[in-house]
Amino acid sequence: MRRLASRRTLRLAGAAALAVAALTGALYWWTRAAPIAPLASLPPAPSSTALAAGARIVALGDCMVCHSAKEGAPYAGGLGLVTPFGTIYSTNITPDPATGIGRWSLPAFKRALREGASRDGHLLYPAFPYIHYTRMTDADIALAYGYLMTRTPVQVRQPENDLPLPLKMRPMLAFWNALYLRPGPAPAPAAETLETPAARGRYLVDTLGHCASCHSGLNLIGGERHPPFQGGTIDGWHAPALTRLAQEPNPWTRDELAAYLRGGLSPAHGAAKGPMRPVTERLASVPRADVEAIASYLMTIQAPAAAAAPAPPPAAPNSIAQGAALFGAACAGCHAASAPMMALAGRPALARSSALTGATATNFVQTVLGGIPWEHGSAVYMPPFAATLDDQQVAALAAYLRHGAGQPAWPDVPTTSATLRKELQP
Amino acid sequence: MTIPLTVNGRQHAVAADPGTPLLYVLRNDLQLNGAKFGCGLGQCGACTVIVDDKPVFSCLAPVGALTGRAIRTVESLGSAAQPGPLQAAFIAHQAAQCGYCIAGMLMRAQALLERNPHPTETEIRRHMEPNLCRCGTHHRILAAIGAVAKQGQP
Repeated sequence: MRRLASRRTLRLAGAAALAVAALTGALYWWTRAAPIAPLASLPPAPSSTALAAGARIVALGDCMVCHSAKEGAPYAGGLGLVTPFGTIYSTNITPDPATGIGRWSLPAFKRALREGASRDGHLLYPAFPYIHYTRMTDADIALAYGYLMTRTPVQVRQPENDLPLPLKMRPMLAFWNALYLRPGPAPAPAAETLETPAARGRYLVDTLGHCASCHSGLNLIGGERHPPFQGGTIDGWHAPALTRLAQEPNPWTRDELAAYLRGGLSPAHGAAKGPMRPVTERLASVPRADVEAIASYLMTIQAPAAAAAPAPPPAAPNSIAQGAALFGAACAGCHAASAPMMALAGRPALARSSALTGATATNFVQTVLGGIPWEHGSAVYMPPFAATLDDQQVAALAAYLRHGAGQPAWPDVPTTSATLRKELQP
Repeated sequence: MTIPLTVNGRQHAVAADPGTPLLYVLRNDLQLNGAKFGCGLGQCGACTVIVDDKPVFSCLAPVGALTGRAIRTVESLGSAAQPGPLQAAFIAHQAAQCGYCIAGMLMRAQALLERNPHPTETEIRRHMEPNLCRCGTHHRILAAIGAVAKQGQP
């Protein structure tokens, strides 16, 4: 009797396994886009005007920020994008025929941007922001293609993605795409509206710049939250809400935003830090009109001032005094009002820094612990203090500086510091 | 104010404001003159010492933050008569020209070799990046560290 039951269970299990396999197979064939024939040779190089225009599109699209590893060649990929689901390594988008996109035709490139499918048909992970690039104009896609296909080819195979098994099955992405991808360019706006800086800025923010990828925050399945631009978390940094820039304690103006985006440094708000720093380094190469357009558009999406929340209690006086002593040795050399960097180089007072006036301690703590590394010949640098100050001392520094800036104390800074410290590189 | 400090394994009680940079206390109060004042801004590394196994710019380290923590300076690595392995390698490779940066270079390298006795050339370069040498002896400095990394005895 028992043997009979177990045989039946086995048979049922076998049938179920077959059904799952058949469904997965069907899903695979249903979602797999057709391969696009490889190019026999690289396309002819575009004119120098088209190359310069392509460089501008690629800079505005921030391609290099993700598609270059710290010590790797430009556009050769290999940067590990740490997501809540696992680590995804960016791909090689140099025109190497074997490991890059050297065999990709313009239609294949366009399909990747519009539909998130590779040349051979497999689906790409949405860490690649095709849900935004899908609205790029045909002309911009062609310009970006022409520029990337003339970069130095690099033969390098990047590491395999480190994802749990179910997410390794790329056909599953078809469900995600059904939820979040609206393929194809938006209906082309009338030429005269695109000429207004705000209309151009909207295209740059929503499509090329894919600002929402960080500044909207992600839901449990990696979709961008709605409404957009309410702020998110990326690489342990807080990506501020873009709809409350004009009502922060130290409100942003269009010109200050443009200066910050293009040079990574606003005389009124301080330096770009964390994941925003490389973005500003790319934007440094685009025409000033482009960052002004972005800033103009962002100024049109500002929310009306919210009712002030009840202020949390101020920090204890003894931690303010301790913070003052720590500041004297660790920070005053650069940040005191009398320091040469302030008096001569015109750096903004710490009390104006967005990291210090922000609603949470995250970006302040990140900056103190990790500093601002000296990368890519950057003009902005701050040494790290993770090995110098413990979590309670970081909190005392925060208490002193928030007090000096006329801001209420942040709650529970030692916990924030302890959490962020764990994610620092050794 | 009296601040208890542990430097090179010895207990000290120094009379100082808690906001005094460690470098000043090391040089002026404890007569440990190995660590140098270079820029005072954490940009050159001449003042580097080890605090709890990590390299730290002593020019930006408040003494008030260091009570109960183990501070080590270049004087702990050896003496002129009996240099430690890393110091001996720096001498063998003639890594010092003016020598101003060397105490900081030694302490940053020492911290790496204690954590990772056999670092690769890339790891050494990445780790030593914050420390500058105005004379340009970086190649000799890297060769000296590389030699100790091969032996694996910092």
